[in-house]
Amino acid sequence: MKAKKLLIGISVVFLFLFLILPLVVVLTQALKNGWNAYVTTVTDEYTLKAILLTLQATVAAVVINTIFGLFAAWALTKFQFRGKKLIGALIDLPVTVSPVIAGLIFVLIFGRQSVLYPLLQKLNLKIVFAVPGIILATVFVTFPFISRELIPVLEAQGTDEEEAAALMGAKGFTIFREITFPHIKWALLYGIVLCTARAMGEFGAVSVLSGHLRGKTNTLPLHVEILFNEFHYVEAFSVASILVILSILLLVLRSVIEYRGKKKA
Amino acid sequence: MKKRFVKRFVTGSLITVLGVSAMGCGSSNSNEAAQANPGEEAQTTEAAQDTDTAEKITLTNVSYDPTRELYEEYNKQFAEHWKELSGQDVEITQSHGGSGKQALEVANGLEADVVTLALEYDVKAVQDAGLIEEGWVDEFPSDSSPYTSTIVFLVRKGNPKDIQDWDDLVRDGVGVITPNPKTSGGARWNYLAAWAYADDLYKGDEAQIKDFIKKLYENVLVLDSGARGATTSFVENKQGDVLIAWENEAYLSIQDYPDEYEIVTPSISILAQPSVAIVDEVVDARGTREAATEYLNYLYSDEAQRIAGDNYYRPSNDEILQEYADVFDLTINLVTVNEFGGWDAAQSTHFADGGVFDEIYEE
Amino acid sequence: MRKQKRVIPGFGLSMGVTISILSIMVLIPLASLAVYTARLSPGEIFETLSRGRVLSSFFVSFLTALVASLFNAVMGVILAWVLVRYDFPGKQLMDGLIELPFALPTAVAGISLTCLTTDQGWIGSIFARWGIHIAYTRIGITVALIFVGIPFVVRSVQPVLEKIDGTYEEAARVMGAKPAVIFREVIFPEIKPALFAGFGLALGRCLGEYGSVVFIAGNKPYYTEITPLIIMSELQEYDYESATAIALVMLFASFAILLVNNIIQDRNSRIANGTR
Repeated sequence: MKAKKLLIGISVVFLFLFLILPLVVVLTQALKNGWNAYVTTVTDEYTLKAILLTLQATVAAVVINTIFGLFAAWALTKFQFRGKKLIGALIDLPVTVSPVIAGLIFVLIFGRQSVLYPLLQKLNLKIVFAVPGIILATVFVTFPFISRELIPVLEAQGTDEEEAAALMGAKGFTIFREITFPHIKWALLYGIVLCTARAMGEFGAVSVLSGHLRGKTNTLPLHVEILFNEFHYVEAFSVASILVILSILLLVLRSVIEYRGKKKA
Repeated sequence: MKKRFVKRFVTGSLITVLGVSAMGCGSSNSNEAAQANPGEEAQTTEAAQDTDTAEKITLTNVSYDPTRELYEEYNKQFAEHWKELSGQDVEITQSHGGSGKQALEVANGLEADVVTLALEYDVKAVQDAGLIEEGWVDEFPSDSSPYTSTIVFLVRKGNPKDIQDWDDLVRDGVGVITPNPKTSGGARWNYLAAWAYADDLYKGDEAQIKDFIKKLYENVLVLDSGARGATTSFVENKQGDVLIAWENEAYLSIQDYPDEYEIVTPSISILAQPSVAIVDEVVDARGTREAATEYLNYLYSDEAQRIAGDNYYRPSNDEILQEYADVFDLTINLVTVNEFGGWDAAQSTHFADGGVFDEIYEE
Repeated sequence: MRKQKRVIPGFGLSMGVTISILSIMVLIPLASLAVYTARLSPGEIFETLSRGRVLSSFFVSFLTALVASLFNAVMGVILAWVLVRYDFPGKQLMDGLIELPFALPTAVAGISLTCLTTDQGWIGSIFARWGIHIAYTRIGITVALIFVGIPFVVRSVQPVLEKIDGTYEEAARVMGAKPAVIFREVIFPEIKPALFAGFGLALGRCLGEYGSVVFIAGNKPYYTEITPLIIMSELQEYDYESATAIALVMLFASFAILLVNNIIQDRNSRIANGTR
């Protein structure tokens, strides 16, 4: 009982200092010029376009990484093979690459100074400084998020159940649906939430690849930066608060799904 | 067993590649859709083929950070002007960011019809990438700088540390805020302005000048990565006693907090000349040369010069500059970058790896 | 042995998909980075990397990232434990806050944290009384990195903790083991792989973090200048080669951390599965 109080206490103090206070700063700054100014900023044409683009990139990242995460987790936990550790490390690598470098890499591959550039020009394909580049960067920085959530759970679960099912003649997809999926359901949900949150907030890599074309390639975090650099301190925080609100919505949604799911179980 | 594995493996790979390329198409489609939405990008390619008959053209102006208000106002003015001149509607897309970063992006394929950057050196980087033809500096009046600025001090109201000139910044107990000249193009002007003062004070004795600069940077409390970060440290986080800033940015801070700060103009400063240029490769490909040229030319018109003045940039037109005599200190002694042998020389002596700026931080 | 691992279907398919996506998104891009760096001769690369400022930035980045990640490893387990095992009012809210550092653009986080921790800020003023300065020192960098890294550990440990079978714990308790012993002997071994995974990710992420740190660090050469900032200044000077060379070193460091991590994890899971 004592331990419980102590641990909850530590957690609360930590969260208050490191997460809630910065949040309070964001919100107080956002509303510094009053509610009307806030609404004007948030419903600004460029802000709305930035929201749209951010959602687009986020959805793309979540879809690609979910597909990858499921296959990779299956491959890495249900089988023993050589090079497994290497693949595991490679999957994680994008998170640790400095976002600026991540962006730079794609500029080097697809930019004007790359050997591929004439080909892309001919095909009339714009990748860098256009929406595909932003999506690419977003997928890259969130790459391991879903597989990383799934792998430890599957690892802890072992392979006995799947083996038994397989020996009894169940097909691959059936095994996955009936046996594996129930185990990883919540981990997958965590992964998707993490991936979504991170994709929405990504700044560094996207910043290098976007070109900052107002109304065209500005995501929300970039819009925040631009406003900040233009000496619009309060407006920058107002737009940042949209991200806070979006992530809170996301987390509420997750709680609801989780609560319902666990109740059923 | 093995064969089946290989077969499955190949199937898996194929599915992925198909999936990814479908995603690619999907995203480029949605890209077009997103761009068609505002209704101008779809016409860009057509406009590229025949500008004359197109009703509307688009220009992209890649600029640096604090010029947003300036160009927002100017773009409206120019749109009217261009409509009168040619009957066409023009829509201008703005991009703002750190000057060096913006130059890099243009060099890497960001399609800018014109660049309006903070330093000649940055435009030259675009030139070196082969996008701008040589001789752009002489293409427009005043070395292709339609407006200029200079470096001043922003101090707290009442000037409690009594800061009047550069030598007050090296006194003990004075906290200085300036961005890092290595990461901020604009901050290079700050450094050079201080150097110009010391050069004058010590009559060119390099050892003493370096000592002065070293002391100055020892007083720097926070070396932010950009001008805006430095302003935040000084204004919002209340760090230091003096902010070395561009004149126009200093005025913006005063505008926001008239009762908290004042501007001090040093005896010597540097003439900061932001450069403008047409990106030849892009305008030729898109067929927008005519409009782009007029866009930059019109910056020198009386109307545009007044817009620059209203946004606290010093108009390059002397007559118009005089109209703003009550705003700007026109008696200040301004040196140009040519006294440092031009940007290339200044860059390699002072800011390159192992240059003077690195030296003053060595133990 | 061979027979046994082939029992479960889908190896070829899942490996195919995994390897392809991995190649497109990670291998090819990172290889291009190495190709770019190869334009410099080994001598030049060495020269770039052995500059005093670069070396001290490696030190600063590594030190602060390590301290922040160790702190997060401890805090992360406590948070995950509290969220999984206890019920109390406001738990949902607490759970929801964990992802916040991801969603908030790093620059906003950096500005907010700086605002709080300067000597005039709400938190900074308290510490300033004791002569401890947070913003514009290495402590400030560490604070920003703790903020950036915390979700990695919590969200790695939490799902595993949720799945732990209570019977062993129960058995241990019935046999009279103390809570600390139960945690050390029964629970910790279970969450160890996940904890290592989270720690490794957090550490790697912290090494590369730029956006939030530049605002709080003060960026003084030799003292609070981090490696990503050096990379930025190289880019600003249009020196791609030096930038990629320094980036590559960071990359190797992260890769080494992750590889060691994966080896530990793999060994653990093999023990758990009875070393087949």
